[in-house]
Amino acid sequence: MSYQLPKFRHPDLPVNDLGYTKADYEGAISTLCAGCGHDSISGAIVRSCHELSIEPHKIAKLSGIGCSSKSPTYFLGQSHGFNSVHGRMPSVVTGAALANRDLLYLGVSGDGDTASIGMGQFAHAVRRNLNMVYIVMNNGCYGLTKGQDSATADEGSASKKGDPSLWGAIDLCATALQMGATFVARSFSGDKEQLVPLIKAAISHRGFALLDVVSPCVTFNNNPESTKSYEFVREHAEATGTVDFVPLRKEITTDYKPGTAQEVTMHDGSSLHLYKVDESLNPFDRRSALNTIEDHREAGSILTGLIYIDEDSRDLHDLMETSQRPLNELDESDLCPGNKMLQNINASLR
Amino acid sequence: MGLDLCHTNRFAALDLSAPNNNRNSVLLRVAEVNPTDIENPEYFHKVVDCQYACPAHTPVPEYIRLIAAQRYTDAYMINWRSNVFPGILGRTCDRPCEPACRRVRVEEEPVAICRLKRVAADNKGAIEDRLPDIPTQKNGKRIALIGAGPASLTVARDLAPLGYIIDIFDNQFAGGGMMRSQIPAFRLPIKVLDEEVSYILQRGVNATFDVEVDSLKSVLDKNYDAVFVGTGAPRGKGLNLPGLEDAMDNVHLGIDWLSSVAFEHTESIGKRVLVLGGGNTAMDCCRTSKRLGGEDVRVVVRSPFEDMKASPWEKEDAMHEGIPIYNNHVPKEFVVEDGKLVGMHFEKVEAQYDEDGKRSLVPTGEDLVFMEADDVLMAIGQENAFPWIERDLGIEFDKWDMPVINEVTFQSTNEKVFFGGDAAFGPENIITAVAHGHQAAVSIDLFCNGEDVTQRPAPGVTLSSQKMGVHEWSYDNAIETDQRYVVPLAPLEESLSDRKMEVELGFDPATGYKEAERCLNCDVQTVFEETRCIECDACVDICPTDCITFTENGEEEELRTRLAAPAGNLAQDLYVSETLPTKRVMVKDENVCLHCGLCAERCPTTAWDMQKFLYNVTQAGQPV
Ligand SMILES: Cc1cc2nc3c(=O)[nH]c(=O)nc-3n(C[C@H](O)[C@H](O)[C@H](O)COP(=O)(O)OP(=O)(O)OC[C@H]3O[C@@H](n4cnc5c(N)ncnc54)[C@H](O)[C@@H]3O)c2cc1C
Ligand SMILES: Cc1ncc(C[n+]2csc(CCOP(=O)(O)OP(=O)(O)O)c2C)c(N)n1
Ligand code: SF4
Ligand code: SF4
Ligand code: SF4
Ligand SMILES: [Mg+2]
Repeated sequence: MSYQLPKFRHPDLPVNDLGYTKADYEGAISTLCAGCGHDSISGAIVRSCHELSIEPHKIAKLSGIGCSSKSPTYFLGQSHGFNSVHGRMPSVVTGAALANRDLLYLGVSGDGDTASIGMGQFAHAVRRNLNMVYIVMNNGCYGLTKGQDSATADEGSASKKGDPSLWGAIDLCATALQMGATFVARSFSGDKEQLVPLIKAAISHRGFALLDVVSPCVTFNNNPESTKSYEFVREHAEATGTVDFVPLRKEITTDYKPGTAQEVTMHDGSSLHLYKVDESLNPFDRRSALNTIEDHREAGSILTGLIYIDEDSRDLHDLMETSQRPLNELDESDLCPGNKMLQNINASLR
Repeated sequence: MGLDLCHTNRFAALDLSAPNNNRNSVLLRVAEVNPTDIENPEYFHKVVDCQYACPAHTPVPEYIRLIAAQRYTDAYMINWRSNVFPGILGRTCDRPCEPACRRVRVEEEPVAICRLKRVAADNKGAIEDRLPDIPTQKNGKRIALIGAGPASLTVARDLAPLGYIIDIFDNQFAGGGMMRSQIPAFRLPIKVLDEEVSYILQRGVNATFDVEVDSLKSVLDKNYDAVFVGTGAPRGKGLNLPGLEDAMDNVHLGIDWLSSVAFEHTESIGKRVLVLGGGNTAMDCCRTSKRLGGEDVRVVVRSPFEDMKASPWEKEDAMHEGIPIYNNHVPKEFVVEDGKLVGMHFEKVEAQYDEDGKRSLVPTGEDLVFMEADDVLMAIGQENAFPWIERDLGIEFDKWDMPVINEVTFQSTNEKVFFGGDAAFGPENIITAVAHGHQAAVSIDLFCNGEDVTQRPAPGVTLSSQKMGVHEWSYDNAIETDQRYVVPLAPLEESLSDRKMEVELGFDPATGYKEAERCLNCDVQTVFEETRCIECDACVDICPTDCITFTENGEEEELRTRLAAPAGNLAQDLYVSETLPTKRVMVKDENVCLHCGLCAERCPTTAWDMQKFLYNVTQAGQPV
């Protein structure tokens, strides 16, 4: 067993605007099971952050408990990290984001961590439109504790050692939409061509961006009876359309036939191109998004791609009109404006 | 409501027209790369860069692992079988394997392959009982070998165990050819040479020394079943410049002078020595001069420093001994005063290159440069000379007066006469002579058995899994980042005062181990079995050097642009699988694979396996 990743890298690795190669965004060698979907998502995060030229020290990765929540160790080794308590990652992000609004918050969670123990925390982080990327590595089971069904396991789906689930699944995309999420997408760990642009778009979105990524647990839930296996997902995934992410100041190189692509300008000035979009879906309309999710559920297929985006999203800081300067940079003179100011305030209240 | 669990329409969602994948262009593509045929032994052979580059195709990583395991005798025998002179080559080889070493594509320096060979030789135990038996009952076929250099000695070694009666003739007093007459003892101790030559000559071979063969016809008249010509390229080239006639006593041909030193006819040289030429012979001449009394020894070469023919390490060794190299100086005349050489004139030039990169040396117009000299050694090249081969024996000679030789069989146009080593295609090196010898021996054996010499037996190839447990391999798959270790040298002053004292001390076993661990085990191949792959991407994600991509097939040039990392090294192959269920193929660029085995460790279905590929070049006596 290899415990260390060799240090050598491809000599011609492309460098990004900061002069970094992909290797500068890698983490420690994974200890997850060989073939775990979570590792592919880690790979997609590495690729996205490198290609977006984000300074690693400007990212904070936070997680709860689970195999999925372990994965931040395996990417972005030079970024800030916080491995919190089971289901409590959203609270920790809330605190961190309030203290320092300048970091990019990357929350990583599992379906157990989010849809069971962390459901309440999740719902409120969505509702407050906390400015973060929230990635659920969704394998339909509690991988770390040996594969018990989770709340996202589909009715009738069975894990390797388990019986068919008696209950219907919680659809995290639908739940997030109900709670007021401003960016909702679903993808598959085995489809980086789709996943990478979605991660980039989520990073560029201002507000809460949910990415529900189906991520097979090869060890406990990759059997033919499971609806979260590689084979089943490949067979049943249906994309809403294709997403192209074009970062700010980058040239658009793809040719779209007139009328086929919809352009979305993100808060940071980059743009999203949505094309070949499913006719029944209007990704700017919450009702349409919810309907499309429901249609696919009924049809027994897995809807992937960008499902909903609110272009006018106002995040927690916008709504609370917090200081533009991060809280952790305000010193005593900013926070204690002196006796005279206090008198004024008191007077205004009399 | 439950989800549809029926699996009748597999992968329908990845139909080419599905909206989510950019796969439409597949329909427009004309040529696609065929799946790689790993059954063809040459595919994996090429991945073992060092072995592939070695003229004799020595299984390099195999012996390096044995050195790391302190199995020096086993490591020696792998070499002995393949290159016949491990102790000699571990000190003198031209090492074409090293620039080819994969390591230089991921860091600065190759594995010290050559000097590791010496570690095996220096530390081995007795090997006599491992040498092949020489039958006392001969097979009745008689072979004459002319010249006793490495080429002939290899033929002898390969054929003697098969029962051939072998007669060797050489004009020197002992075997070894130029390894004895040219390579100075401070690079190759006589003891090492004698030992490895004796493993051949003391075992059932009839050698006659001090005999000049002056007629091939007379040899053929003795009714040999086959004759091998391994007489090398024995003639030194000279420069006929003004003043030569008067300076003659102090102007020497490099290779003649070196052999007269080796054979102890020459024991000193003047204090001021000019060595003309930029090849390895010039380096041996100047370093030998330093040891025979030369104080101001200079190498003067026409070309720029970088264009010199000498290997980089030979130049370094000479400069380390305080010998300056004057480049861009073209010799013009010998300057003689009172009937005695006093120096030489040189014209300064600079190299200019035309559009095709062809070089011309253009005079700078400066005054001629005068350099003082008591002796001049001309080391500007060697050539073949076959005055002793009659031209009516059916052996065709070309316009350069070289025999016409088949490059695969080493047969001349007289079917009984074979050539090899420097005699075949001009001066090369020991390992090339050995490689020729093996192939000529195969041909002679086929010929003597009445078989077609062009039907070569296939190489011996095995492929075996290195898996020991779920994540355990029988080779050391960790990748060391150690820089190349430097071979320690004897103190300069001591080695300059003794012509026979070996300069290099060789790696001690501990350093040898560390150097051996730098080897990337390129013979442990990544073998892909597509039917097992579930396309989970785990191998793609883990690979430290981004070798693996799953993508649609296409025409190779275009496919190379779509891989995970730039795949611009066209000398390195792409390993392409059959089409997978998602209509993609697995493409692995072999270029900078570290053979770390992580892809196989991370694969949940063992679609990747690490398998050791052992490739042994055909030798005489193998069944066709
Ligand atoms: C100065 C110098 C240094 C070198 N250093 C190296 C080195 O470090 N590493 C390396 O790999 N290579 C080196 N070489 C090259 C290497 O020595 C030769 O390429 C190699 O020895 C060729 O082997 P061979 O068997 O073809 O012929 P040779 O080694 O040349 O042997 C031919 C033999 O045939 C004998 N012979 C020739 N004609 C007749 C005849 N008519 N009758 C009887 N005997 C005859 C010769 O005297 C000689 O003994 C060096 C060469 C020179 C000149
Ligand atoms: C408070 C608390 N309750 C229960 C556990 C046990 N536990 C550890 S991981 C886990 C479920 C993880 O499932 P998921 O978030 O889906 O992660 P996965 O391993 O599947 O990626 C549970 C219940 C715990 N660590 N802490
Ligand atoms: S148990 Fe499942 S989720 Fe956890 S590492 Fe293994 S494959 Fe991944
Ligand atoms: S052995 Fe596998 S993981 Fe390692 S470098 Fe080669 S392809 Fe990549
Ligand atoms: S790790 Fe194995 S199963 Fe997964 S893509 Fe690679 S070869 Fe296929
Ligand atoms: Mg889970």
